[in-house]
Amino acid sequence: MVPLSAYVAVSAVLFITGLLGVLIRRNFIIVLMAVEIMLNAANINLVAFSHYLESMAGQLVALFVIAIAAGEAAVGLAIIIVVFRGKISTNVDEMNVLKW
Amino acid sequence: MIPVFFAYFALMSMAAAVLTVALRNPVHCGLALLALLLHVSGLFVLLNAEFLWAVQVVVYAGAILVLYLFVLMLLNLKTDERYFHNTYLYFLIPTVFGSLYVLALLFKSPYAGAKGDAPAAIVLQEGDTYAVGMKMFSDYLLQFEIVGVFLLGAIIGAIVLAKTPKPIDAERE
Repeated sequence: MVPLSAYVAVSAVLFITGLLGVLIRRNFIIVLMAVEIMLNAANINLVAFSHYLESMAGQLVALFVIAIAAGEAAVGLAIIIVVFRGKISTNVDEMNVLKW
Repeated sequence: MIPVFFAYFALMSMAAAVLTVALRNPVHCGLALLALLLHVSGLFVLLNAEFLWAVQVVVYAGAILVLYLFVLMLLNLKTDERYFHNTYLYFLIPTVFGSLYVLALLFKSPYAGAKGDAPAAIVLQEGDTYAVGMKMFSDYLLQFEIVGVFLLGAIIGAIVLAKTPKPIDAERE
């Protein structure tokens, strides 16, 4: 029997990897992929607690997370296409038009 | 047998996550993300969540990842010369120490909590898909509808954003 803390530890490692990816990568598409890693880490956590605490609510929330990840990917990639059309760059450091 | 599978899926998903963040070529990063998604879906099977396993494979690996790869190949990205921030060590070192502390806290926690109304035996009787469906279309119907409206908004937003803009002169005439 695998303890719950093992699943939570895997989820924590994945989340921190994704967070690190958001912070240190410079390519916008890779940053979005790192966000997907973090959403997956949250999903592992939700499903693990749903199993060990014997409730279906965690799995339902994980389903909603997947739906929202799909929307986020669609809108994010559309924004990338718009930016790429104008500046021919997907480097997050060069996207500073909205900077105050 | 379950601990062996758990160790395999956990180690492979962590390795794939590190590769996704660390690889230089964006297409390779996308393929590492595919490996991550499939191994995470294996973890879902170990947790008796077969419906989520199917959704993860079909929606995440089948739809979202293909969208990523499609955009990557559409844009024809060149590999950046310097692909990390110049100051990434300032992020890396505190993150490693902070994550070790978080892991120590996680292993000390007892995880006590109130048990819900769906023990594994009852869920396995009718199947996970049945249990998820019954719960979603009774207690979570409003959230389900909200997610539907959200997805419609996301689709329309993505189409409007990615549409080729018309030149301004053509609109005036």
